[in-house]
Amino acid sequence: MAPVSRGFRGRRRQGVDASRVPPGQYVVDDFPVLSAGPTPQTGLDDWTFTIGGSLDEERTWSWEQFVALPGETFTVDIHCVTKWSKLGTIWTGVSVDRLLEDVDTAAEFVSAFCDGGYTTNLPLEDVTDGQAWIAYAFDGEPLEAEHGGPARLLVPHLYLWKSAKWVRGLTLLDHDEPGFWETLGYHNRGDPWNEERYWSD
Amino acid sequence: MRPEAARAKTIVVEVPDWPGHLAGQHVDVRLTAEDGYQAERSYSIASAPEDESLALTVERIDDGEVSLYLCDELRAGDELELRGPIGGYFTWQVADGGPLLLLAGGSGVVPLAAMLRHRTARGSRVDTRLLLSAGSWDDLLYRDELGRLGRDGVAVHYTLTRGAPPHWSGWSRRVDAEMLREVGPGPRTQPRVFVCGPTPLVEHVANLLVGLGHDPRLVKTERFGPTGG
Ligand SMILES: Cc1cc2nc3c(=O)[nH]c(=O)nc-3n(C[C@H](O)[C@H](O)[C@H](O)COP(=O)(O)OP(=O)(O)OC[C@H]3O[C@@H](n4cnc5c(N)ncnc54)[C@H](O)[C@@H]3O)c2cc1C
Repeated sequence: MAPVSRGFRGRRRQGVDASRVPPGQYVVDDFPVLSAGPTPQTGLDDWTFTIGGSLDEERTWSWEQFVALPGETFTVDIHCVTKWSKLGTIWTGVSVDRLLEDVDTAAEFVSAFCDGGYTTNLPLEDVTDGQAWIAYAFDGEPLEAEHGGPARLLVPHLYLWKSAKWVRGLTLLDHDEPGFWETLGYHNRGDPWNEERYWSD
Repeated sequence: MRPEAARAKTIVVEVPDWPGHLAGQHVDVRLTAEDGYQAERSYSIASAPEDESLALTVERIDDGEVSLYLCDELRAGDELELRGPIGGYFTWQVADGGPLLLLAGGSGVVPLAAMLRHRTARGSRVDTRLLLSAGSWDDLLYRDELGRLGRDGVAVHYTLTRGAPPHWSGWSRRVDAEMLREVGPGPRTQPRVFVCGPTPLVEHVANLLVGLGHDPRLVKTERFGPTGG
């Protein structure tokens, strides 16, 4: 049991459904930014998305081809390891299921790679079955660069560092390969409902 | 607890069995109300690894839940629940070398102060430039201490964006490319760059640096909020 902080009452938010807020998180209305370096600026002409690694044949889409894929608009809650959660965010993108539709692979893990060199690792079963998207619009507008545009991975059931910004592809792997934050002390899986923030959790 | 500039306080914490930290890391502070309600925020460690006790500096945000409690309510002797040290990326040790370019807005100077204190504690002479952006002279954290760093070979620059005192010889505008060029060191010397502070400032400064030719991989950023970005 945590010690009570003398004199702390807290500012409870009215009208927030507590069952949607994981332990240790608080709800914000705006959209904070967290990244480890400068925001990359990739022109859409140079942008491609690639699925590579252990599969029958690598797939690559240009920007035009990518946004022509059947997309989905979906509403999800997102949770950042720096404690904020944002409820009911609306995104548009292509589901990872769709991208993997006719991919033949025995891989059990993926590593997302991005402009700027960022990577993050996930078990394949965390990005399939309608749980992950490559999103290119937020609230009906093109995704801004500081929030990961032109496109970011979105895996809302895990802490947001797993939703790699500026994503350029997924590498299918038969083994797990800890990514950027995961080698720097952050939890390998990052489930907010179990408060899997750091290595020690 | 001691006041630090107009709107901030430094909190010195005694932590039994503190495992040690690297300059630039932070801790998570968790507050618990009597009914179990909790609020948790991150605060950079201001003290050097060499210092005897752990210090945090918290800027008071008027409608802030945790910073208000820490600045207004917390008293000497109170218990505080901390987790850390956290973060292995936004860190610098003397062994990492330089040159070092440190850029901060507001309370973003806190982790950079830990790096500077570490540098001083170790007697390092690595080429170090510091540029701080603050609203006013009274908002500048660690003003006296930073003023003395010149002796150790740190070039300290200030820019005040909301009004400068009379006879002000520093800058009084938003950070721009020309300012960064003057602060140096240029991209060719491949400085290790640390940018920390409110998100819009970090975005702005990091983009300027990349525009000036700095290798994005050497530019490390830490964004504190406010959450407007
Ligand atoms: C890695 C990391 C290290 C940090 N280190 C420090 C530190 O050393 N010292 C420090 O003072 N803060 C630091 N912060 C910021 C700190 O974690 C809190 O966000 C801040 O104290 C505000 O919390 P609050 O509960 O008082 O405000 P909240 O109740 O969360 O927010 C209240 C209002 O203030 C705005 N706001 C939130 N954060 C800021 C901000 N930083 N500046 C201006 N407005 C803001 C919000 O948009 C909101 O409108 C750090 C953040 C991170 C992620």
